[in-house]
Amino acid sequence: MKTILYIIQKEFKQIFRNKGMLPIIFVMPIMQLIILSNAATFEVNHIKFGYIDQDHSSTSRALIETFNASSYFNVIRHYPSENLASSAILRGDIDVLLNIPLYFERDLQKDQYNTLGITINAIDGAAAGVENVYVTQLIQRFNTRLKVELTQTSDQFVQPEIIETIPLFWYNETLNYKTYMVPGILVLLVTMITLFLSGMNIVREKEIGTLEQINVTPIKKNQFIIGKLFPFWVIGMGLLTVGLVLARLIFNIPFLGSLPLLYLYTSIYILVVLGMGLFISNFTDTQQQAMFISWFFVVIFILMSGLFTPIDSMPKWAQHLTEFNPVKYFVEVIRMVMLKGSGFSDILPNLLKTTLYALIMNGLAVWSYKKTN
Amino acid sequence: MSNENVIQVERLTKTFGNFTAVNAISFEVKKGEIFGFLGANGAGKTTAMKMLIGISKPTSGEATIAGFDVYKHAEDIKKNIGYMSQKFALYDDLTVKENIAFFGGIYGLSRKIIKEKSKHLIEELGLVDVANKLVGALPLGWKQKLSFSVSLLHNPKIVFLDEPTGGVDPITRRQFWEMIYKAANQGTTVFVTTHYMDEAEYCDRVSIMVNGKIEALDTPKKLKAQFKVEHMNDVFLKLARHTE
Ligand SMILES: Nc1ncnc2c1ncn2[C@@H]1O[C@H](COP(=O)(O)OP(=O)(O)OP(=O)(O)O)[C@@H](O)[C@H]1O
Ligand SMILES: [Mg+2]
Repeated sequence: MKTILYIIQKEFKQIFRNKGMLPIIFVMPIMQLIILSNAATFEVNHIKFGYIDQDHSSTSRALIETFNASSYFNVIRHYPSENLASSAILRGDIDVLLNIPLYFERDLQKDQYNTLGITINAIDGAAAGVENVYVTQLIQRFNTRLKVELTQTSDQFVQPEIIETIPLFWYNETLNYKTYMVPGILVLLVTMITLFLSGMNIVREKEIGTLEQINVTPIKKNQFIIGKLFPFWVIGMGLLTVGLVLARLIFNIPFLGSLPLLYLYTSIYILVVLGMGLFISNFTDTQQQAMFISWFFVVIFILMSGLFTPIDSMPKWAQHLTEFNPVKYFVEVIRMVMLKGSGFSDILPNLLKTTLYALIMNGLAVWSYKKTN
Repeated sequence: MSNENVIQVERLTKTFGNFTAVNAISFEVKKGEIFGFLGANGAGKTTAMKMLIGISKPTSGEATIAGFDVYKHAEDIKKNIGYMSQKFALYDDLTVKENIAFFGGIYGLSRKIIKEKSKHLIEELGLVDVANKLVGALPLGWKQKLSFSVSLLHNPKIVFLDEPTGGVDPITRRQFWEMIYKAANQGTTVFVTTHYMDEAEYCDRVSIMVNGKIEALDTPKKLKAQFKVEHMNDVFLKLARHTE
């Protein structure tokens, strides 16, 4: 135990003495948070909207007026027939088509519910997803008894298919994409910084030869590893804290769930990342190699985390692969806790998987760390 | 010097692929002895030493260090030895005091003992003025002396020095050897590699390694007699030429 304290003490001294490192650890992530969350937005404006009104009732007119009033939609025109409308979509004249059937008002009053046809031009998949959500929300706000039947066309030979709306967006009622992106980007920062720092740190000692000096001492390898990784665990938690404060102050992101719950999850999540960093450093000889390998994994993890592209829109095999992606679990948890106010039982599956991941990763890392080669 | 063998090596071998870096070397070192481990660049000295200190697994052969087997009890060996690597391996970004405290701590010394030793050592090395300076800023000779002292912090039975005086000026080298003598007088066995033939003369016994094999091993006096030369340098040259 005392030995571990000596290592931790030394590690902190070195980190805080390194004038070039502190800004990298804390200032760079903050800048990234600000830049990325402003740049990486899915917000779609000026959606070209067309409609077919077969009902010509006051309800149908009111519904169209709702779209007209929304700043996201530009109501282009109305089409007398489905044929004309669908060729307009194919030409790209309109992005979203609303089809109000005959007797819409009458049936709605009689049955207390009704169905509306929505066709979305899905050539740009990401935009279509967003449009889908806008439409659904507008209609539901207009009348909660309406069910949307959605068709996406991206090609005239593709059969229209009914798709479900992406439920995550529902929790972002203001349709503010920063609210949606900032928590995810925070995950990205915590992951990148802790992985790079931990991975490079031990390789650095290999490079300068001090690791060999440590290996000729009788220190136990788990003492060394705990002492070495603990400071980066603290830094990771510190980064989360800084990020959360910024999210609140700069972006005014709500925090609906429990803060301790998020910290509990993060504290385990960082162990996964640290184990990975150590594992990488065990198999590399230079900081450069460690950096390349870390990048390789970070890029894959982030692209497949559902942070920038929804996992639902990935091919099936890729969706299965994301099961092995710890970043995905964290992105889900942070969005759930911050934006939906999910509780312990909601995130329990992710928490368990992450814990298992941490055990395996650190087991591998400790096993592959050899004092004798 | 007693008759007790603290290092016993039997046909110790290390290969990297098909290249044999250390080829079946055998020797023993007695307690309190200063044992010079000589050889040209690439002869295999560092490789051999790393097997003896338990950070590199031998390919074959036997070695017992301070009574412990290198295969089975590497960690016990580590408690009983000090090591100063060929590459300077203290932390450049820690101060003199911090380096001493850190390595003392890792070896499990109590805070009180670390404090005492640190004070004593800093005075003895004349580092009082720079005790709170980063080690990276010190001249090489000072670093090497500090590094040697740190390797002795936990009073090891044997200390392994890999080219401790490489690139150091003659006066500092002289002082360094005084430190080695002092350690040996206190009963520490010193296992040292060097390229300087005058230093070979200071050793109780020397071995000369050529291409992974030990080609000669005896006291400097006997080696000179055996090769009928005046200086260790000539012994070295004759051996190298002979095996070429
Ligand atoms: N990990 C390794 N893999 C492959 N070859 C190695 C390895 N380590 C050492 N060697 C080779 O083994 C030989 C002996 O190297 P070693 O470092 O032991 O020599 P040395 O006697 O200490 O030389 P020097 O005086 O230059 O320090 C060299 O040819 C070296 O290239
Ligand atoms: Mg060497």
